[in-house]
Amino acid sequence: MLDLVLETKGLTKYYGNFVAVDNLDLSIRKGEVFGLLGPNGAGKTTTILMLLGLTEPTQGEVRVLGFDPARQPLSVKKSVGYMPDQVGFYDDLTARENLIYIAKLNGIPRDEIKRRVEEAIERVRLTNVIDQRTGTFSRGMRQRLGLADVLIKNPQLIIMDEPTQGLDPELAHEFLGMIHSLKEEGTTILLSSHLLHQVQAICDRVGLFSKGRMVLQGTVSELARKVLGGAYRIQLEAEGPAAKLRKALGELRDVNAVKMNDGRIVIEAQKDVRADAAEAVVKAGGRLQSLNVESQSLDDIYTRYFDEVKHESVH
Amino acid sequence: MSQSTKRLKSRNEREGSPWTGLSAVLTKEMADHLTGARMLILEALVLLTAVGTIYTALKSIKPTDDNQFLYLRLFTTAQDPLPAFVFFLAILVPLIAIALSFDSINGEFSRRTLSRVLAQPVYRDALLMGKFLGGLLTLTMVFSAIWLLIFGIGILRLGVPPTAEETGRALWFLLGTIFYGGIWMALAMLFSTVFRSSATAALASIAVWAFFIFFWNIVVGIIAPLLGPDQIATLDQLVAAGQTQMILTRISPITLYADIATIMLQPTERFLGFVLPVQLDRAIKSPLPLGQSLLVIWPQLTGLIAATILLFVLSYVLFQRQEIRA
Repeated sequence: MLDLVLETKGLTKYYGNFVAVDNLDLSIRKGEVFGLLGPNGAGKTTTILMLLGLTEPTQGEVRVLGFDPARQPLSVKKSVGYMPDQVGFYDDLTARENLIYIAKLNGIPRDEIKRRVEEAIERVRLTNVIDQRTGTFSRGMRQRLGLADVLIKNPQLIIMDEPTQGLDPELAHEFLGMIHSLKEEGTTILLSSHLLHQVQAICDRVGLFSKGRMVLQGTVSELARKVLGGAYRIQLEAEGPAAKLRKALGELRDVNAVKMNDGRIVIEAQKDVRADAAEAVVKAGGRLQSLNVESQSLDDIYTRYFDEVKHESVH
Repeated sequence: MSQSTKRLKSRNEREGSPWTGLSAVLTKEMADHLTGARMLILEALVLLTAVGTIYTALKSIKPTDDNQFLYLRLFTTAQDPLPAFVFFLAILVPLIAIALSFDSINGEFSRRTLSRVLAQPVYRDALLMGKFLGGLLTLTMVFSAIWLLIFGIGILRLGVPPTAEETGRALWFLLGTIFYGGIWMALAMLFSTVFRSSATAALASIAVWAFFIFFWNIVVGIIAPLLGPDQIATLDQLVAAGQTQMILTRISPITLYADIATIMLQPTERFLGFVLPVQLDRAIKSPLPLGQSLLVIWPQLTGLIAATILLFVLSYVLFQRQEIRA
């Protein structure tokens, strides 16, 4: 229990009759990167605001670093850094002045402010524009300044809302690299995103959100096992009698399902069965043309999960 | 937020002081105001009217005049084609105050800085209070500077130093001016909390200002007779009707400010509003001492301050309940 940084029990938020967050149980351990994933409007931002004490929960309990954000918001906000989506700055002030204001609000001693601000700016590689007005900053620079803004208080937990939204792929990649290096230093990070493929690489665990409910939670491969039926998806192209090939592949050990997709055969398996599959194709009289193992993608997990949910509700 | 009952104190009180970070907000707001282009324009405008009206007033004021209150006459003397400086103050002070705060809250929303600032270890209390006090202190600085300027010009041109009585009256009038600004600032801040668009908030504030400047007296002229009897037959009824009218005009902060200006800057004025000739019988036409003048405008002065606080409290309550997500 000691290394739990964040914990919620039955966290619920109503806006009128609308349930924004429904009975959320979430726990995040120290040093972990947790991804809160889901489409826009799923309740991610509302959850984050409740964690920071910026919105009051209708029901349920929250503990952040051992504090209750609704009653002890100052203690929580002293050690939790929050980067809102589309972070904004005072455009008439320079990057340095913007951060100095935040440093002062955090009660950082006067003689330390200059050093801390410069260090934070250095970390996000904005030193060359430190005295430029933030009105001139590009989207990517703002995002990096937003990170510096969070780092200035040496947070134990960083919460980021949609950190890569609106960044081009290259900038997004660079930004994710920065998050990764923070993780290496042992900072606990909670991030929300609807861009599943971007964040799956850096998240230790993810939670899939839909309509205010956390529907799935775990590591990416755990979720893949749970939802895709197997952790591995193997794509195979072969010439030969299709029905016979499918039957042969289906009889292999650890294979859960064999399907056809655009003339290709897709195998779902619990292990990497590429070698066995190749052998089976040849034995069944087929000519193997290509054989690939797909990486497990959160997008697939997500789409599949909701397809199944839809199917179940139809039946 | 003081939660007075003991039960609440032990169980539900928020940790720490609501004013944590107040000075940081205050300094930033004042720095913004004092360096911003908006303030520069307004300062130039006030300065221009101040210097202009004072110089024209000086043409008709001679140090050898009987009237003892030369410096106060700098404020009140009108010389064609320019009206007196107090007239300009009554119109310009609201505009300056509104300009300083019409985007104070919704501006933070639209710049998307509000959630970032509130994620720091401060309460909303400190943010709102810091913004209001920052504006009020800016007003104080600007008007103190202008008052000093007027007295400076006066000393140069008149060659006699101001008396203690004059200085005292000017200072009380300065206090009235600041809170006259405070009322409009609190109003603009209220609108900036209610409306998400800065332009709407500015427009709403200006609308209220225009209403009181141009229409309130007309409205009072229509309403007041409706409240009294159809025909005024007795002296008592006449007095009552007059008083109703006076009370109604005093809903406008402009009337309150005009009252303060009249009594403070013209020591020989001893009554406000509705007076019967009978009451003036055998009155000595000599200036009132400062303390007595103060007594006459005390309700007006406290009224201005109370209304400022009331409007501020209203925006405070609304802001505390507001969802901060855009």
